[in-house]
Amino acid sequence: MPYALCFLLFMIGLYCAVVKKNMVKIVIGIMVMEYAVNLFLIMLGYRTGGEAPIIDKTHIDPQTGQVLANFVSNSVDPLPQALVLTAIVISLGSLALMISICIRTYGEYGTFDITEIRRLRG
Amino acid sequence: MKGMTVIVKTIASWVKILIFVFGIYIVIFGHLTPGGGFAGGVILASSYVLLMLAFGRQFVEENLPSVVASKLDCLGAFLFAMIATLGLVFGGSFFINFLYQKYLPGEPLHLISAGTIPLSNIAIGLKVGASLFLVILSLSICCKGKDYRANISVDEKE
Amino acid sequence: MSVPLPVFIAIPLIAAFLLPIFGKKGKATATFLANLVTVSLLVFAISSIGRTDVYEVGKWPIPLGINLVLDGLSSLLLLAISVVSSAAMMFSTRYMERYTAKSKYLSLFLLMVAGMNGVVLSGDIFNLFVFLEIASLASYALVGFGCGPEELEASFKYMVLGSIGSIFVLFGVALVYGNTGTLNMAYISKAIQASGLNAGLAFALCLFITGFGLKAALVPFHAWLPDAHPSAPAPISAMLSGILIKTLGIYALARVVFNVFGVSIEVGWLLVVLGILSMVAGAFLAIGQWDLKRLLAYSSISQIGYVILGIGLGATLIAKGANVAWASLAILGGLFHLVNHAVYKSLLFLTSGSVEMSTGTRQMKQMGGLAERMPVTRAACTVASASIAGIPPFAGFWSKLILVIAAVQAHLYWVAAIIVFVSLCTLIMYLKVQRYVFLGELPESLQGIKEHSGSMAVAMVFLACLCVFMGLLLLVPSLKHNILDPAVSVLIEGLGYSARIINM
Repeated sequence: MPYALCFLLFMIGLYCAVVKKNMVKIVIGIMVMEYAVNLFLIMLGYRTGGEAPIIDKTHIDPQTGQVLANFVSNSVDPLPQALVLTAIVISLGSLALMISICIRTYGEYGTFDITEIRRLRG
Repeated sequence: MKGMTVIVKTIASWVKILIFVFGIYIVIFGHLTPGGGFAGGVILASSYVLLMLAFGRQFVEENLPSVVASKLDCLGAFLFAMIATLGLVFGGSFFINFLYQKYLPGEPLHLISAGTIPLSNIAIGLKVGASLFLVILSLSICCKGKDYRANISVDEKE
Repeated sequence: MSVPLPVFIAIPLIAAFLLPIFGKKGKATATFLANLVTVSLLVFAISSIGRTDVYEVGKWPIPLGINLVLDGLSSLLLLAISVVSSAAMMFSTRYMERYTAKSKYLSLFLLMVAGMNGVVLSGDIFNLFVFLEIASLASYALVGFGCGPEELEASFKYMVLGSIGSIFVLFGVALVYGNTGTLNMAYISKAIQASGLNAGLAFALCLFITGFGLKAALVPFHAWLPDAHPSAPAPISAMLSGILIKTLGIYALARVVFNVFGVSIEVGWLLVVLGILSMVAGAFLAIGQWDLKRLLAYSSISQIGYVILGIGLGATLIAKGANVAWASLAILGGLFHLVNHAVYKSLLFLTSGSVEMSTGTRQMKQMGGLAERMPVTRAACTVASASIAGIPPFAGFWSKLILVIAAVQAHLYWVAAIIVFVSLCTLIMYLKVQRYVFLGELPESLQGIKEHSGSMAVAMVFLACLCVFMGLLLLVPSLKHNILDPAVSVLIEGLGYSARIINM
């Protein structure tokens, strides 16, 4: 059920990126799509009743120094969290580049409306 | 970009150092608590953004010119690449954690542990902080009602 | 010498971080260093021909860690990337003098090369996505490098469509991880062979085809290419059209469809149909163009259609269980056409850049009679045009001939007829280029032009010689056996990729 809501958010972002005419709204649509995919990735790793995958003093067995097997089987999956960290950094770089191109285009053309920014055609 | 009132300027000059130290804490303890290079770098950059909002863009540009920030950025990335290559030289494979396996294992859950991971965190924190600072400095060139071309400096980044 | 695999990614990355330190005063040192990097990558790529290797980064064993895989297909593409990038870098030493921020250009260029090398060498599907994003972000910035109004518009269009493609790929990766529990391509393939395709994995395959198709500019998704490629500076157009759309689009698509998911009849026919649409639409839209670089960009769409057609034909034949030799021939035609097109399309864009630098315009109606003033450019452009149109001793003829033979052998006569018809259209459009740009009379406004020689001429002559001798890659048996056949066999073995990697 949460996966279906994620997909709905993805579709909303795709609709916004495809239909809207203002450049800034298109950028916002793309960002909503990115957030939806990041949310989907994090939810994939969830285990019901799990705890955060951060090792603490209480999780180490005092005699052997190894991590308790109980903790490993009870924590949520940390791999999607690492993937999402990388994906967030990538989308930050992409957003910075898109916004700066929007600003420069506004300086050159004087408008944010993509139907009027059409010097390249044919 | 003009600055704000006297109250904001006073409080900002006290708070900025707290934010900066907090950012350094998140970077250095990245292998023990959540955070690490990227999150700490963002906090470091946001302390400069606070300065930019409170004092105006010219003040910040005089104190940390964009040329210096750009060189810090390259230095951070270069340090990270050098840590990876030193793994090849000392350990036999790229990105191998050679400090943990051979030279300086340390004890788990203390500050000096996990080999090269804190060093990578520091390099990434430096790079991300400098990069985000440059991004926001470049984006703040455009002010409402003014022609942006009058504000572009010679060495402007995209 | 056999270099460890991460060297291909680490050397351009470290150089890209070092170059902005040089600033404005050290421009000559920075350019020399960048050229040294691309030439050394070419030397390393040539020395890795015929080598297969798996490199575990950080010595973590395979399902836990990331690995880099070098097999036949990867080494063929590494060779193509290094050839095109060294020629484009040599061309840009002289061409980019007109722009102000040259050290940043060099740094972005080397980031793009590092990203492409990473895509080709990666053995892990999320790592492939990360390097795909690195190369794409660098190319978005490079397309809008001139910061004039048209470049910015083209860069925005490219960036929006490219970002949507990348997000589709990330969604596909998330679905694959959710269904199989691992990210390594060999282990994903093993899991899919064991369990078969359920609804989530089939949807992931559709997302991959759309995402990589957006990067490769197949026909329903091609809208960014005719604006982005003309507006970029000429060496970047050569890199984009010559190698970026092939690495990020076609290599990734082939790797995921053949080696990870396994071919099926529907996917094969989908690729054939997309290929035919691209070929025909690109050719028809190109003939009516009067802007030189826009014509070359539409012709790129058409030629990528050939490559996808060859690969799709091979996929359908493998899925039907037909004779393996027929499928090998189709895939050989597609891959050989990919390498050929990389060489001659980049040469065509470099010559168009040289023409634009001398005359200051891209409109063919304002040019004419440049043959006597620019002899090196004229010779290089003629060689490349003859090659792309398919005139016999040049390389393009052989790859188109192989595709026609493969289509006829598979009893798809209408496909062979379409291939021949589109080749005729290609011949028409390049005769138009030759007539309007080089033959005819020199207009008065262009009387004082001269050719810019030096490093630009060296790069163009290097690629032109490769164009002439590329046919030998097919005809000389030892070259074909070492370079082309391993690439074909990687795609033919399909799902056997997983067994080979896990046992290595």
